[in-house]
Parts: sequence; structure tokens; C-alpha cells
Amino acid sequence: MPDGATLRTAAAPAPLAVTGLTVRYGGRPALSDVTWRAAPGLTAILGPNGAGKSTLLKAALGLVPAEGEARFFGAPLEAVRARVAYLPQRASVDWSFPASALDVVAMARLPRARWFGALPRREREAARAALAAVGLADVAERQIGRLSGGQQQRVFLARALAQEAELFLMDEPLAAVDAVTEETILGVLHGLAAQGKSVLMVHHDLSLVQAHFDHVLILAGRVVAAGPVAEAFTDAAIAAAFGGLPGRGRGA
Amino acid sequence: MSEFLQLDLPPLLAAVLAGGTCGLLGSFLVLRRESLLGDALSHAVLPGIVLGFALTGLRSAWPMLGGALLAALLATAAIAWVRRAARLDLGAATGLVFTGFFALGLVLLEATGARNADLDVDCVLFGQLETLVWLEARGLASLLDAAALAGLPRQLGLLAGVALAALLFVLGFWRTLRLIAFDPDFARSLGLRVGGWEMALNLMIAAAAVAAFESVGSILVVAMLVCPAVAMRLLTDRYGAQIWGGAALGAGLGAAGVLLAGPLPAALGAGFALNAAGLIGTLGGLSVAAALLLRRA
Repeated sequence: MPDGATLRTAAAPAPLAVTGLTVRYGGRPALSDVTWRAAPGLTAILGPNGAGKSTLLKAALGLVPAEGEARFFGAPLEAVRARVAYLPQRASVDWSFPASALDVVAMARLPRARWFGALPRREREAARAALAAVGLADVAERQIGRLSGGQQQRVFLARALAQEAELFLMDEPLAAVDAVTEETILGVLHGLAAQGKSVLMVHHDLSLVQAHFDHVLILAGRVVAAGPVAEAFTDAAIAAAFGGLPGRGRGA
Repeated sequence: MSEFLQLDLPPLLAAVLAGGTCGLLGSFLVLRRESLLGDALSHAVLPGIVLGFALTGLRSAWPMLGGALLAALLATAAIAWVRRAARLDLGAATGLVFTGFFALGLVLLEATGARNADLDVDCVLFGQLETLVWLEARGLASLLDAAALAGLPRQLGLLAGVALAALLFVLGFWRTLRLIAFDPDFARSLGLRVGGWEMALNLMIAAAAVAAFESVGSILVVAMLVCPAVAMRLLTDRYGAQIWGGAALGAGLGAAGVLLAGPLPAALGAGFALNAAGLIGTLGGLSVAAALLLRRA
């Protein structure tokens, strides 16, 4: 198990703590009264489709209207925005948009640059370094629609890295990616953990959980189980969340 | 030369400024997949224009611009509210609000008597490009003569002011506008007030629509917001080329429409001139068709 967690003292405030978080889409609750403290390190957020995994990230970031409270590092998001990075689902944007891979990654540096004129060279170089870190240095100038799905996913990862945050909220970066991309993303995750950073990742593939994550949060519209993988990632919890399919995808 | 300055230059300038401004701002609508919003805004401003006119009794630019911006603000807020309250998608909410606002504008047009003062439906829909004249022009020297320049149609002043504002808006917020168009959720996560930016962009589009509608009409405003941007969307993957190409194509279509409205039918042996605004709209559609063919080739 990666030991990123041990780098932090127990007294440090949780990277993310939500209290009574409730989200309704058209009257139907997508997320009911979720109270949860994320531990430092790598956390997988698991659950069936419609379990509210993405909604939890969006509600915590204030992207969807929600009841309840979310605190990052013990503070409201506004106070610590620069310490929090967000990687949205790949399908949430139009990849035919006229922009290069470098343009997209450079978006992460917007809060650090002047609001007018060209992006300063230093910021552009930081974006380029982030692209190199996910193995895309040679396609930096390519229009994003001309990249493969896995490369597009890595562009989003590079953009999150370029935020140079301490907590990364990632919405399914491993969904439907090629082997090279999966390896790159997992490598980046462990690199972040080794630097003492935290990642909350919405995730589908239960087979990767034990090998790569410290903690899990299992959702099904509410919290089914949460805690260290060894304690919370149980057949009973998975069955409760996924509806009577014990052991699905486990044991890898 | 005097005749060109008196009769051709004002509509040419108006068409170039209106086409260029709408072409510039239209790319943001098309990139955000909200092309319908341009249509909506250019119609929703009508009640504001009529009230601005009715309350001041002046058919001058500023009360109408003020009224139009207020109407655009209310329409944008109403669209957002209807979306939330009735849980409609953007297209349905937009259609609902803008037809309501446009209908209200037509009712006000009759009820306030504004109609009798030549702010009529034809003018709203088709504009009056051909009526823009500069009778004070006496040769090229007039271009440097403040007294003669003061006689330029007042619509040109408003068009030029809005064009400059739109240019500064796009240049100043180049990267921010791109980020908001591409990935509004990520922009919000960075702390940007995306709703405020969208409102600013909508108001800029409403201002362009108002400035342009009096000279070229609201139908052409819709065509100029959408056609150049869509044509460039088919032709380029580069953001800069999309934005500046849209503006240049809009301005070029405006110029071509005005310059060809007389000669084109004559060259085809017809004994009439075309409505310049109508020709600009037609050329806009043809430019999209040409872009499609170029892309396939």
C-alpha cells in the first residue's frame, strides 16, 4: 500500500470533509445526507451508475446546487482554491473545440497570469512540463480533436497537474482508456501520493482498487462504506452498493 | 466621388461594422453551442427598444440601447430562472422566453403608438440600410471636416462604439472567454464567476444586435451572428483563426452585400436592385455552403 498517508500528521485537517451533503436533480435525490471525511492519500470513490459519485465531487466544488457543507483543508473552498485541482469527465467537453493540447493545459494557469495579453512564457512552460509528465510532449501543438481518447484523458490529467494543487478531485480518468494511458495515470497517482498529495478519484474498475488505493468511499446515493481499503472494501459493502453481486471484479 | 460618399459609404460602413461585430461575437455562441441564443437576444431586446423610445419620445440611439440592454439582462435572467424552475433544457427555456419578450415588444409597439413614428415591423425585421445617407459629403475633404462628419447617420456612431467595445472585450478577455466556452465547470472550479461572464457576453451580443438591427434588421443580425462563425468552424481548428476569421468574414459579407446589391441584378440583366440586407443574408448562407464544400474537398 502506498505510504503517502503517513507523511501527514493526524492533526492536519482532512483534505475534504463533507457534512450532510444532499443534491436533488428534479426532486429526486442524487445524493442523500453524505457526511464523510477524506483521509490523506489515494481514495477511490466507488459505486454503480447513478450512485452520485460525480455528483459528490461537483457538489463539493460548488458546481451543482447542494445542501450541506464541504470544507477543504478545514476551510471553505474560496479560501483554498489554489490547493484544489479538478479533473472533469472527458465526455463533459466538446473535443472538436479549436484548441491545442497545450492551450487546454495552459487553462490551469489562468489564475496565475495577468488577465489580458498573451500567457507569460513561465506559465506556458509549466503547461508544457505537465504535458511532458503524461507523455504528450510531442503532441502539444496538436488540436485536441486529433488526439486519441486516451491522449485526451491525459491532456485533462496534465491540466490538473498544472494546477500544482495538494488535493486532486478526478472524475473517472480511467474510464475506457488504453493500457498506456492507464499505466501513465496510475504512475502519476503514485507520484502524487509520494509527494504527500491527496487524490479522490471516481472509479469503476473494482479490480484496481486493492493494488492502487489506500482508502475507499462506496456510494449508492448515500454512504455505503468508507475507510481504509482493508476494512471498508468488503464483499458485503460491494453487494450492498451494487445490488447483490458479491465479489464482482474482486481478487485481482 | 461625392455621390459615393453621400449614398454608398454610409450603408457600406454600417454593413461592415454590423457584420464584423456580429461575426466576432458569433463565434462564442457557436463554440458554446448556443447559437439559438443570438436569435433569442436579438428578438428579446424589442420591448426594451420600444419602451426606450416611448418613454423619451426620441428615436435616438442611447435610450433605445439602454432599454435593449435592460431587456437583454431580464431575458437572460428569465431564461436561467425558467430553466431552474421548470427544469427545461436551454433550448426550450430560450424559445419560451424570447418569443414572450418579442410578443411583448410587438404589443408595446402598438400600444405606445411607437409604430406611427416609423419604428415599424418592417424596419425591425429588415432594417433600412439604403436609407443611410451622408448628404453633407462634398468630396474626400469632407472625411476630415468635423462639421460634415457630424452629418453622418447617427446609427454609424452607435455601430462604431459597439464594434470598438466588442473588440476590446474579446482582446482583453481572450483566454478567459476561451476557457469559459470550452469547459465552464473547470472555469468555475478555478473560481471564475462563469454566470457573470456569460451575462457580459450576452449583453455585448444584445448591444451588437441593437446597434445593427436599426440599419440591417434583426433577421440579418441573426444571420451574421451565426453564418460567419459556422463557416469558420468548418474551416479551421485554431481559436485565433476562428475568432478573427469570423469577424473578417462578417465584415466582408457586409461589404459584398452592399456593393453587389445594385450591380449584381444589373449584370444578370434584371432592371431592379436587390435589398442589400437580404443579399448579405443570402451570401452568409452561401458562405456556410462554400465552407462545407471546401472542407469536403
